[in-house]
Amino acid sequence: MKLLILRTTANFLLPLLLLFSLFLLLRGHYLPGGGFVGGIIAAIAFVLHAFAFGLRSTRKLLRVHPISFMPVGLGLAVFSALLPLLKGLPVMTGLWLDEPFPVVGLVGSALLFDVGVYLVVLGVALTIIFTISESV
Amino acid sequence: MTNNLIILPVMLQFTLAIVLLFFCKRIAAQKIISIAGSIVAVVIAVGLFRQVYEKSILTMQAGNWKAPFGITFVADTFSTTMILLASLSALAVAVFSTVSIKRARMKFGYFPSFHFLIMGLNGAFLTGDIFNLYVWFEVIIISSFVFITLGGKKVQIEGAVKYFTLNFLASMIFLTAIAVLYGLAGSLNMADLSGKIQTIKNQGVVQVIAILFLVGFGIKSAIFPLYFWLPDSYHTPQAAISSIFAGLLTKVGIYALLRVFSLVFIPDDFMKTLVVILGGLTLFSGGLGALVQTNMRKMFSYMIVCHIGYMIGGIGMFTAAALSGAVFYLIHDIIVKTNLFLAGGLIYKINGEVNMKRMGSMYEQYPALSLLVAVPLFSLIGVPPLSGFWPKINLMSESFVTGNYYLLGCIIFGSFITLFVITRFWSEVFWKKREALARKPYIRYFDQMSRSQKTFLITPIVFLSIISLYIGLGAENIFRLSNHIAAELVDTSTYIDAVLGAATTNVTP
Amino acid sequence: MEIILAIIVGLLYASGIYLMLRRSLVKLVVGLVLLGNGVNLLIFLLGGLVRGKPPIIPAMDRVLGEIYADPVPQALILTAIVISFGMQSFAIVLIKRTYIVLGTDDMDEIHTTEEEDD
Repeated sequence: MKLLILRTTANFLLPLLLLFSLFLLLRGHYLPGGGFVGGIIAAIAFVLHAFAFGLRSTRKLLRVHPISFMPVGLGLAVFSALLPLLKGLPVMTGLWLDEPFPVVGLVGSALLFDVGVYLVVLGVALTIIFTISESV
Repeated sequence: MTNNLIILPVMLQFTLAIVLLFFCKRIAAQKIISIAGSIVAVVIAVGLFRQVYEKSILTMQAGNWKAPFGITFVADTFSTTMILLASLSALAVAVFSTVSIKRARMKFGYFPSFHFLIMGLNGAFLTGDIFNLYVWFEVIIISSFVFITLGGKKVQIEGAVKYFTLNFLASMIFLTAIAVLYGLAGSLNMADLSGKIQTIKNQGVVQVIAILFLVGFGIKSAIFPLYFWLPDSYHTPQAAISSIFAGLLTKVGIYALLRVFSLVFIPDDFMKTLVVILGGLTLFSGGLGALVQTNMRKMFSYMIVCHIGYMIGGIGMFTAAALSGAVFYLIHDIIVKTNLFLAGGLIYKINGEVNMKRMGSMYEQYPALSLLVAVPLFSLIGVPPLSGFWPKINLMSESFVTGNYYLLGCIIFGSFITLFVITRFWSEVFWKKREALARKPYIRYFDQMSRSQKTFLITPIVFLSIISLYIGLGAENIFRLSNHIAAELVDTSTYIDAVLGAATTNVTP
Repeated sequence: MEIILAIIVGLLYASGIYLMLRRSLVKLVVGLVLLGNGVNLLIFLLGGLVRGKPPIIPAMDRVLGEIYADPVPQALILTAIVISFGMQSFAIVLIKRTYIVLGTDDMDEIHTTEEEDD
């Protein structure tokens, strides 16, 4: 195959891009970034892998169908939106833990929501791209 | 005061849709969850309605951001009524679709999309923020795209292209209007805008925004020069799907028109005249369209367009009595149109035909069922004392009082055309004798179904017919409700106070 | 800057609508994309162009000291972009499906819905 360079770099880029997407996800509350961008970059990582190794091996790598990320992500988002109900606050009010976590910083329900968005975007983007490229 | 009960109709449907996504391949479980969830939704809607109707408007500031800055959810009588009607229709359609939708289509996410659609409707009824309204509209149309293409037949794909293009265009016009409005007034909260819009010096631009909103919502609710996508696409999906489209999708456009024009842009004489003319033309052209159709479902689609005209005419006159008539018509139309398309689906299952010329002998074969189907059909015409009669009388007398003789003529013409079309339909389908046609192998006919399947097809129609009869026979209660809503629409101060807090009352004139 | 943006918005609207009026389905989708971008740019423009900081109050202060950019238009645009992302991918799949089923890219050929069928 002539894709040697692409294949070699894709092998290294997949974990790097995934790490970068997590970085963007975590810094997203106060700085540019967030669940949407993170999810898109994670999707790009897998798309790059699919370019280099073919769709089938990417599917094997993912193990689950990308569509199944969506209900999990939506569920997380709804859960984080409904959490304030327990404290008698309006839906979607931001709740924050008192102590900051190491590395991650202060954790609140906004982060949980962002993780949900991340998963939904990843699932949607991969489903769309895989569907379009499979049916060509 | 903040009350989390408001968001429950939205959150329930959202949760249902997510749970159903987990049961993607297990159809039996999906059916049970969907029906049970819809029953719970009706219970919640009744609870919310009672609380709002008997006590006061409820609001919820999402994320605890104070009113003009955050997104406010408002439940006044109008929105809770709409939620109640939507959940009643949704329950009926959910039951009907367990039998009428093919198994293969259920595997492609019929039920999750259904609940996403209802979530979008509930959100659109509840939101007090104009951009949020746009987002809910998008939720609705994206779910409806799934529905309209589900199955992927040739007709469906073609209908979908038209449906998609026009609805996308409508969304873009809506969004443009929001952009200009935000640039002008600097707010998106409808209660806040209500005060701010009157202080703007350049009222010409405000007029332009109002027209943009009229066009955007007009495409969605299929008013006169903008409705051509509807009869070309609504008859293509399956009966259960087109019934939810017919009952609720165009009506959410009417709801948005009523909300925006009563709260933000109070129509002046020019606007009133324009809307009245559009309403009359909608009645006229929709009626004429229905007249020439022999395809049952296309005829029903034109009936949707025709009857939108009554509500548009009511909005155009913009007096308390006319608005009350329009709201009453809205209440009647949601139930009847849903029922009509469900009945159409049942007739299709019995005959295996959609062309009226090739149908017949239905009264002979199924007398009891025919009488049942007669309820939505004759409510549609407005045969007294059925439900269509009362709002029409109200609208007619009001157009007489306000001197809109042109609209009066159109209303009478529209009613007459409906009468003619429906009686022709009745005599073709129910009374005409017909030789038995060769059976089509790909349709499951009604008499091939098991007893429980038949029950699942008929129960929703009975259910909606009972509601329809109640609207007709208990018209006094419905009138009290619609007068209450119209009073709230004309005098919006209670709404604004509930959203912004009573302190700001003296700012708004 | 406002003038340039206004002209670009106008161009995007005009070309979007022009392409939508063409008979080709592919041009229709390109037109929809252009129109969507035009609307997003319009929101951005009408929200007011300010060279400012993000509106985040520092931990020790109680009010914003510096000029800040209005965050609402950005939130609106982000939402609109996400929505049009979904819409456009749907449109692409839809026209592809249309081409497979009907074997044509010409909108004048799409008239089965007006014919008498089943």
